[in-house]
Amino acid sequence: MSKHPISTDEELAIFDKPKNVKRVLYSLYTCVFLLLAVDLFYNKHGIFTWESSFAFYSVYGFVACVILVIIAKYVLRPLVMRKEDYYND
Amino acid sequence: MINALPPAVILIIGGLLIPLFKGRTRQALLLLLPVVSFINLLQLPHGSLWVYPFLGDQIVLARVDKLSLIFGYIFHLVAFLSALYALHVKDSVQNVAGTVYAGAAIGAVFAGDMFTLFAFWEMLTISATFLILARRTERALSAGFRYFMVHVAGGLCLLAGIIMHVSQTGSAAFDLIGLGTTASWLIFIGIGVNCAWPFLHPWLTDSYPEATITGTIFLSAFTTKTAIYALARAFPGTEELIFIGGAMAAFPIFYAVIENDLRRVLAYSLINQVGFMVVGIGIGTALSINGAVAHAFNDLLFKGLLFMTMGAVMYRTGKINATDLGGLYKSMPWTCGFCIVGAASISAFPLFSGFVSKSMVMEAAALGDMRWLWFVLLFASAGVFHHAGIKIPFFAFFSHDSGIRCKEAPPHMLLAMGISAVLCILIGSFPQYLYSLLPYATDYQPYSISHVLSQSQLLVFSALAFTLLLLAGIYPAEIRSVNVDADWFYRKGGRQIYRFCKWAFNGINDWADRVFVQQFTKLLAQFFEEPGSNLQKHGYRLLVEATGIDDHQEQVIEQIDRRSRSAAYPVGVGVLLAVMLLALVSLLLYLR
Repeated sequence: MSKHPISTDEELAIFDKPKNVKRVLYSLYTCVFLLLAVDLFYNKHGIFTWESSFAFYSVYGFVACVILVIIAKYVLRPLVMRKEDYYND
Repeated sequence: MINALPPAVILIIGGLLIPLFKGRTRQALLLLLPVVSFINLLQLPHGSLWVYPFLGDQIVLARVDKLSLIFGYIFHLVAFLSALYALHVKDSVQNVAGTVYAGAAIGAVFAGDMFTLFAFWEMLTISATFLILARRTERALSAGFRYFMVHVAGGLCLLAGIIMHVSQTGSAAFDLIGLGTTASWLIFIGIGVNCAWPFLHPWLTDSYPEATITGTIFLSAFTTKTAIYALARAFPGTEELIFIGGAMAAFPIFYAVIENDLRRVLAYSLINQVGFMVVGIGIGTALSINGAVAHAFNDLLFKGLLFMTMGAVMYRTGKINATDLGGLYKSMPWTCGFCIVGAASISAFPLFSGFVSKSMVMEAAALGDMRWLWFVLLFASAGVFHHAGIKIPFFAFFSHDSGIRCKEAPPHMLLAMGISAVLCILIGSFPQYLYSLLPYATDYQPYSISHVLSQSQLLVFSALAFTLLLLAGIYPAEIRSVNVDADWFYRKGGRQIYRFCKWAFNGINDWADRVFVQQFTKLLAQFFEEPGSNLQKHGYRLLVEATGIDDHQEQVIEQIDRRSRSAAYPVGVGVLLAVMLLALVSLLLYLR
């Protein structure tokens, strides 16, 4: 039981409706698709050669975040996580 | 002579006078002080002002040039916004400490010599400590104490470096130093403590989330940015800074992903952003220094804004852990909107302020062909969106509904957040005004199709990664916990040293007590109870051992004891021994 029971009389807010959450997700997927499509037709200029190759930034952004989360969750957290009162003994 | 005051004077003196006023007068004063101080700053001509002789050298209270001015402007702006945000605070300690803290930072960036710099540097430490202590919880007290100890150590390191540097070069002017001598290293590390370099950083993530709601807004602004100014002034182009900055940009984002306290997440992302600035100073080209300074300018606004939104959440709900929050967009829609603007700015979305400054540092790294650094910075750019850009707004305002229903933030907080948010968008959309203030002339153009496209791809795909990881249940759930960091060495390690010292020194103490105080004095006391008979008895026993003649030893001892009991030995024997000792001592003294 939550400390703050959610009142059921309350009007449903925008993200209480699953339809709206889906809308946000679909617009994100559309952006993803559009940015990849643009990359096919527009040749980006960069200082390094790999910057202009197809989807470099997209792949890097995606992979970087996945690696970040995996390392943080499976390597760093087991190493550094302690109970909340660790320093209070 | 000009009709103005040294830049820090109005805020510091005015700040100290605040307790004399009450109610609305005090509120007006808190808001007016930064404004008046800013108008005063605008009166100053370029050059060295208020030069006085000091210890055979000279102190310069104000060195006004483009580098110090841009920091002066933004510090005044942030001081005003923080004061506005903190308008409801009636606690004199916080009112005074916040204003004096801002004044000290302004004094430090205008200091033309190292002694003035050091004085304001220490004033920063002291006033900041009060902003932490003012929370008045046990955790805040100990965090404030640790903050103070670390900064005093850093300050002493800086002072040692300054004294050595002045005696070696004969000049106290605070200008380009460059690494080389021991003195320069000490100054470098002293600044590095305030700059939160790796392993010197835990004071920041330890204490900022423990400070008062409004105190953190002040804290997030001044200490690290003053250090950035000092590095830009004294160590531009120092190669070591590139590595230090790269590490600062990269490692905190891992911590930020698993941290539960949202203000601590922001503290880690503060280090990450300062990392970009340190890299910019380390590269040392006109573009990169401009980038570092511009990013400091923008960071003061968007990081302040993010801390303000989290402070508002904490003010209304009393909670700050991601595990306790969620769904607040219903209750605090304006705060939520401002938070998203701050998040977009720190993530460097096109049209938001981070975009126009972070890219300068990135481009400077690429132009210098620093490939690894460039990859690290790009990783940090994606990571900062991940933890500060998405995590902060998502867990506070969306995520699962925590059921908390509260009021929207009070009007003065909304106004402070609103002004910051508008500035973030204005600077991001019209960067030329910011660029005209930078120390080097620049015609940098952030808005090329390639750049906008590549940055959008980076960010949107980071968002995609977050979404997919969350939907797949891989994204680490927030857990109530403490994540140990380099402060372990003094928070746990310190206790181990304490235990070792307790064991070693108390051990020596106990042994000495046992041997000298208890056993040796006891023996002496026994001997001097009857010195005459004791001497005779020991002498007799030695004689027996030496000669081997052992007739009626018992009887002789018995006889000696009897004589002793009947006081046949005069007290004078003890006195005689004492006199002999004195004679020996005088003889020794005489021989020497």
